[in-house]
Parts: sequence; C-alpha cells; structure tokens
Amino acid sequence: MSEALHYQSIAELSAALQARRISAVELMQAVIARTQAVEDRVHAFNSYDVGDALAQASASDERRARGEARGPLDGIPIGLKDVIAVTGQPLTASSRMLKNFVSPYDATVTRRLREAGAICWGRLNMDEFAMGSSTENSAFGPTANPYALDCVPGGSSGGSAAAVAAGETIVSLGSDTGGSIRQPASFCNVVGLKPTYGLVSRYGLIAFASSLDQIGPFGRSVEDTAMVLGAIAGHDPLDSTSWRAEVPDYRAALQARRGPWRIGIPREYFGEGLDPEVAASVQAAVRFYESQGCTVKDVSLPHTEYGIGVYYIIATAECSSNLARFDGIRYGHRSKEAKDAVEIYSKSRAEGFGAEVKRRIILGTYVLSSGYYDAYYLRAQKVRTLIRQDFLNAYRDVDVMLTPTAPTPAFRRGAKADPLAMYLCDIYTIGVNLAGLPAVSVPCGFSADGRPIGMQLIGQPFGEAELLAMAHTYERAHTWSQRRPTL
Amino acid sequence: MNYEAVIGLEVHIQIKTKSKMFTRVATGYGQDPNTLTDPVVLALPGVLPVMNKAALDAIIRAGLMLGCDIAPVCKWDRKNYFYPDSPKNYQISQYDQPICLGGSVEIELPGPARNVQGEHKRIPLTRIHLEEDVGKLNHTASDSLVDYNRAGTPLMEVVSDPAMHTADEAFAYLTALRTAMVYAGISDCDMEKGQLRCDANISVRPVGETKLGTKVELKNLNSISFVRDGIAHEIKRQLAVIAAGGNIRQETRDYDGQTGTSQSLRSKEMAHDYRYFPDPDLMPVKVDEAWKARLRAECPELPFDKQRRFYEAYQIPYTITSVLVPDRALSDFFEEAVALAGVEKAQAVGNWIVNDLLRELGTAKIGLEASRVRPAHVAELVRLIDSGALLMNAAKEAFVEMFATGEMPAAVVERKGLKAETNAAELEQWCRDAIAGNPKSVADFKAGKESALNAFKGPVMKAAKGKANPKLVDETLRRLLASG
Repeated sequence: MSEALHYQSIAELSAALQARRISAVELMQAVIARTQAVEDRVHAFNSYDVGDALAQASASDERRARGEARGPLDGIPIGLKDVIAVTGQPLTASSRMLKNFVSPYDATVTRRLREAGAICWGRLNMDEFAMGSSTENSAFGPTANPYALDCVPGGSSGGSAAAVAAGETIVSLGSDTGGSIRQPASFCNVVGLKPTYGLVSRYGLIAFASSLDQIGPFGRSVEDTAMVLGAIAGHDPLDSTSWRAEVPDYRAALQARRGPWRIGIPREYFGEGLDPEVAASVQAAVRFYESQGCTVKDVSLPHTEYGIGVYYIIATAECSSNLARFDGIRYGHRSKEAKDAVEIYSKSRAEGFGAEVKRRIILGTYVLSSGYYDAYYLRAQKVRTLIRQDFLNAYRDVDVMLTPTAPTPAFRRGAKADPLAMYLCDIYTIGVNLAGLPAVSVPCGFSADGRPIGMQLIGQPFGEAELLAMAHTYERAHTWSQRRPTL
Repeated sequence: MNYEAVIGLEVHIQIKTKSKMFTRVATGYGQDPNTLTDPVVLALPGVLPVMNKAALDAIIRAGLMLGCDIAPVCKWDRKNYFYPDSPKNYQISQYDQPICLGGSVEIELPGPARNVQGEHKRIPLTRIHLEEDVGKLNHTASDSLVDYNRAGTPLMEVVSDPAMHTADEAFAYLTALRTAMVYAGISDCDMEKGQLRCDANISVRPVGETKLGTKVELKNLNSISFVRDGIAHEIKRQLAVIAAGGNIRQETRDYDGQTGTSQSLRSKEMAHDYRYFPDPDLMPVKVDEAWKARLRAECPELPFDKQRRFYEAYQIPYTITSVLVPDRALSDFFEEAVALAGVEKAQAVGNWIVNDLLRELGTAKIGLEASRVRPAHVAELVRLIDSGALLMNAAKEAFVEMFATGEMPAAVVERKGLKAETNAAELEQWCRDAIAGNPKSVADFKAGKESALNAFKGPVMKAAKGKANPKLVDETLRRLLASG
C-alpha cells in the first residue's frame, strides 16, 4: 500500500500528476491538511499562505492541462527557509527585526523553482539569521523534532528538516553556513545536502557569513534531494561567487554504475564527545560500504581542531558587516523610543536582534577592529587555507570521506544553554564549509530511544553527483528513510 | 622662523557609466528622489553586488593616462561605518590593494601674466581606487530625508602625495586632473552636480624640516575656487595658531566658501575605525596585459602633451594653446581645420577659433557641438583671405553670417558682395593717381623711407571703397615707383 500523498516521493507524485490520478491542487490540499493537523506540535513554519499555494497549484494544473507541464517538479510543494526571498511573502529570518518585512523580489533559487513549476510553500522556521544549531533562537518560538517532540530539530534550518520529516511539505530548501542543513537533517531522519560553495546562487539568501553560506535541499530520499538540487544549481550572473560549472543530471547519476569508492575515515572526527550510538551507526555504514567492495582508509585532517575557532572568527566578522544593513532606516524594526539617527540604530537593533545574533555581531566587530585584525581575522583566513588543504591532501588517496554528521542525536530543548556547548554541535560539519566542499547527511540509524542518526559523506569540489550516488547506494539497502515519525 | 605648507588632496570623481557600480539600475542626476534604486541599491535583505566592468575599465584608463602601476588584480574591501546615506552601512571600496598605484599629474602654475605660460611640474600620486558613492541626506526643520539616487554610483578616489605647497598648486592640480578626466570621457567632473569633490589635508612645518606637521583635513570644498580659497585660509589659520604659540590639533574642519570661514567637525579621538576586510561577495578580478593594452589604446593624448605638440607642430602661441588645449573638442576642431587649411595657416585658424568662433558661441549660448561653423568653414575662410580675395573686415562680416546660416564662406562672400577688388587695370590707375598726388612721399620713398609707401595706400583704398586687395596694392605701388 502506498503512503499518504504528503509522504510520497517526487517521482511517485509526478507520475500521479502526469497520469491525472491527482491534481496539483489535490496534492497541495493534502499537504495543507497535514500541516494544519501537526503544526501545533511541530511549529516548522513561521507562516504559510494557503491561498497563494493553492493559486500556484491551480496554475500548475492549468499548465499540465495545456500540455505545458515543466517537468517532474511541476506541482510539487517545496518549503523555503524563511531566509530565502519570495516575492510578496514575508522574509523574517526568524527575527523581530524583520517581523513585518515582505520581500519585493525573488531569490534566484525561488525563480528557478518557479520556472520548474514547483510550488513555493510556506516560510520555514530557523534560528534567527541562521545563527544556532537548534532552532531555539527563533523570535517566533522553537520548532520541535517530529521524532521526539521534546527535542530540537537541529538548526539553523530546523523548520526545513522538520517540515519534510513530518510530511508538511514534500521537499524543502535550507541554508548551511557551518552545518545548518546537515545537522538538522541528521536530527530529523531526512537527507540534507550542502552544495560546493558556488554551485547554488546566494542571490536572495539573507547573508549570515557570505564566504560560507550555501543554499541546499532537504528530501526524504536521496532521489528527491537530487532532483531539487538539479533545479536550483548553476551559474547566476547576479552572484559573483557562483561558479560557471556544468550542472550534471543528478537524478540520472543515481542510476549510473558508480563506485566502488575509496572512502576516507578522518580519525579526528571519531574522537572525544562522539556519542557511542552515533559511532556504532556510522561504523555499521562503513562496514556496509566495505561489503559493497569499497576500500576504507584511515585519513587525517590535522587542522580539524582549529575549525570551530576559525569559523567563529570568520563567520562573525562577516555577519557583523552583513547585518549592519538592519538599521531601522529603510525597512525592518524601528524603535519607537528613538529620538535621533544614532538612537534609531542603537535602540532598533537592541530591540530587533536576539541574544545570539548580538553576541556574534559583537564578536565579529571585535575581531575586525583596528589592532586585532591581523591577530584574528587574517590568522583565521590562513588557518582556513590549511583546513582546506587538509581535505585536498586527503583526496589524493580517497574519493570521499565518511563521518558522523553530528556528535549526538537530537537533544532536549533548553539542554544547551551554554553557547559554547551549542557551538560544538557543528564540530563535524564546520570544516566542510571552511573548505567550500559538498557534503550530504544521510539517515543511518536510530538511537535506542528512537532519535534519528545521520552520517555525513564529504565530497570533492563539485562532486555532488558522486556523493548522491554513494548515498543512494546506501539508502537502497536500508530502511531508515522509510521510518516515519509518530505524530 | 619661515614656514611652508604641505598639501595633499583626496579627490572623488564620479565615473560616467550607464549603470551603477554593483547593479544594473541607471545612474543619473536630478531625477525624483529614490527613483534610481533597486533591491541592491536599497540593500534589501539577501541582495548581492555584481561589479560593473565599465567602471573598472574607466579607472584603469585613468591610471594608464596618469602613469600609474595597474594592480594585477582588482580586489574589493568593505569599509564599515553607520550613516543613513549608506544603505548597507558599509561601503564597497578598495583598501590595501588599490587598482592604481603611483603615477603623477602634470600641472601648470599661473604665469607672470595672463598671456604667459607658467611653470610646469608633476605632482606625484599615492593611489587611485574604485568605490561606490553614497546617497544624499536632505534635512528639513522637523525631519531628515534620504535620497539613494546617487548611492552606488561608481566613484574613483584620487589621492595625491602630500607634495603641494600653495593654494595655487592645489588649484592647478585640480584643474589639470579635471581636464584629463574630461578628456578621456571618464567623468564630466561637474562640481555643481557633485561629480568631482575634494578634501584637502593641510599641514605646516618650518622650512627645511622633512617631517610632516600635524594635519588638518578640510572638507566640503565644493568648487575649484573654494579649494583654493579654503586651502589659503587654512594655511593662514595654522600659521596664526603657531605664531600665537599654539599647537595644531589633528581634526577635520568644514570650510564654508560663502563666508570664507571654517569650523571643526571632529577631532582625531572621534576618528572612525572602519574595520576594513575583503568583501566576500565579490571575487577578485584579474587584469591581464591584453586587457591593459586594449585600454591603453583607448587613452587620449594628455592635454599638456598636446600643448607641447601644438607648439612644435603649429608654432602657435600660448594665448591660443591655453584656450584650445583644455577643451578636447575645440582642439580637435582646430586640428581638423588646420589639416584643411595647411599647417602654415595654423595661427590664423587658431585666431579665428579662439576669437571669433568662441565669441559667437558665447553670444549664442551654444556649445561647439551645436555650431554650424565647422572646421571646413574656417579653413576655407582662411584660404580666401590668404588668396587676397577677402579682406579682414569683410571676412569678419562673413564669419558672423556663416555662423548664423552655416553657408560656406565662398558662398557668403558671393551673396553679400564681399569679394576684394582685383581688377588690375583699375587698381593701377588708382595707384598712378595716388603717386601723382603726393610728390613728397615719392621723394621720401626713393630716399629709402619705407613707411612713405603707406601714404599712397589710403587714397587707393578710398578710391576702391575699401575693397582693394592690399597685397596687390602694395605690389603695384612698388612696381610703379621703381619704374617711374
């Protein structure tokens, strides 16, 4: 028996739409109904616009009726993290600062999804300005983990992961600066891919740390994830950091014969702080690949220990500058107490930003200050180069690397009140952003008490097709991805 | 003790491009507020800058013209500060790797008299870099309004070494820089429209001292003469402070050109920490040799190089070059006319352009581009005069006529009957009559008094009603006197 519409794959839904067994409006209605049924417990969305979604679905049906369907994504609902611009929809970054901001323009990824016929559905909750690892730093309340409602869904793209896991959307987009796609994917039993820096346009993504941010897809299967990636990837003249690379057919790559792979196991990613259940699940995945003829090699990424430090210098430096535009002058929150220009700045920002955002702005302002720049920012950039070089050196001997995505499964809300403890959630994901590499988190098990566990596959620059094929090989032989939350 | 002033100028010049520095929206002046904006200009959440290559081309051309070293890579930095005219609260600029390094601006100091060329010297440049302009604040009694039309316009900042010593030098520097940039079409440099803006760093020190004194930055020098006046005023102010036993405070001062006074804006302690760092949204752009070679080929001859060439090639005086050379179109007009009239007629061509054409253009209040008199008109006019067919007074009349109608000079002369009289028989009779009527001057001339010849010319001209060809009259008189 096939699953409820809201849990079906893009391939199944697309076939049903094409065969007129369902309409896009019916599909959208099913997703809306599901969302309305579970959202009071999950709170994956900051907002959703039922009328707008149904209008898009209706337009999809009309296209199909005219024989002008745009491909497999036409009529498929896709949730967007509330940091990606959609014309006429709120764009809040889960911040009081942008509580009433409505975007007058589309992000490039939004435009591409529209061109593919997908239905942009809802504004997904997140840590404020993508700063956090639990979606607790949202001005509009936390998102719950669908598999363990008292636990966090991870972050910062917690809403994007939870909505896919709970069937409140078919697929979604998140953004990943230090692990913000992969870590919530691992917490919520979904696939989440952080593309190579430059593969997906950042135009229309509210910047946290420009040199690290990438938009990427979430799906309940590797295939769904691959199909969304194919729709959003590719050079964009509006983003100078987007790469002029050919975009392969990621879905076709899943069917092609690939492998066996030479898999590197970076020993620094299996040290102190790694939860034994996570370690066991990841080791089992390694043995699976060995059984498929892959060779497994112990590798070293010696500068790993500096990753967190380097990240919190570079990311905060960039964010201190990127977030300067939120000043209450042209848009966004303006304090009613302000009496002059300086007070518009100080009071609006004091009222508009949450504690974690302020902490990072202050840190970033400090590391860029005259007299400290060389010691912090410049030094951090040098170490960043070494971290990237670590990966490139390792790739002389291996094709991909396999690691845990996060040190632990999802933790309880409020469990990590100390910012530093929260920062350590990203210990296995941050290096990938610093090195600009692609990586995907794939479900690979559950803890004894039912919390999902994910493994991370790290690829070479623009090696997404290889990564997805490797993830797909694992997924076909396992059933983790089919286990649904009890809601 | 004798003191000298040391002056360095920071000049901001808007680059004339169709679109803004980092987005496709148009540049412009005088439009309704906030109409030249888009999500990028307004720094809406999520937007990204994309470099306008035309602006980079322009600044590289400027650098090549001024002899700068062009950096192999165009790198972008963020200059962070909060101000309502700055939509991102950072300005995209170039900090430690400006696109142009070194180079110099050749200047011409005022001569001892207005028609005498002054001394030339070179003012070395520190750097030229590219950045984006900010918006404009308009303060009303109750409110402050901001207009972002100007925000994001490409701007180049030309920084001179602290190598000038007088207000006249600064004035000459700014004039020369402006002329060169207008020449190359890089900017119109209209100070009233804010297309050229100047800040001056001024210090004084005892003559012979090599260390720089404490500098004062003078802002809001919004016309070229205010630059000269403001600097002169500031030098005087600093010398007075020192004479009174005081010390110069490092500060930024605001000069008011209307009242000729300045007041302190902020002291050194309040200086900004701009927290520069490389802009992660913009990739460095490689500038290779082929690119530079293409731009070098597009650079015009520098004004003072043209001045030297005009002396050399055309033997024309400073009174003419000083008018022609600063105006590229006018000097091109001149060269076209000379090409048609012949190099030996260059001075005559120059005189007609500098005196008559400019006067008529001024009276008509039109620019050269709207002139009906083209180089061919001037060349033909000069040739007619040279051939004796047209006398100077008649030529002046013809010029006014052709300026109004655009007719060629020969046609004007024909239509208006301005042709010089050249009937040889008639002329000879008038000459004979004149000689016969003045035996004293005949004797004087034969005694070697050359000027006596003029005594015959008056009556001849009178008889000819002013239309006799003076060259022919001269020849005829000499022939008759020699033979008689």
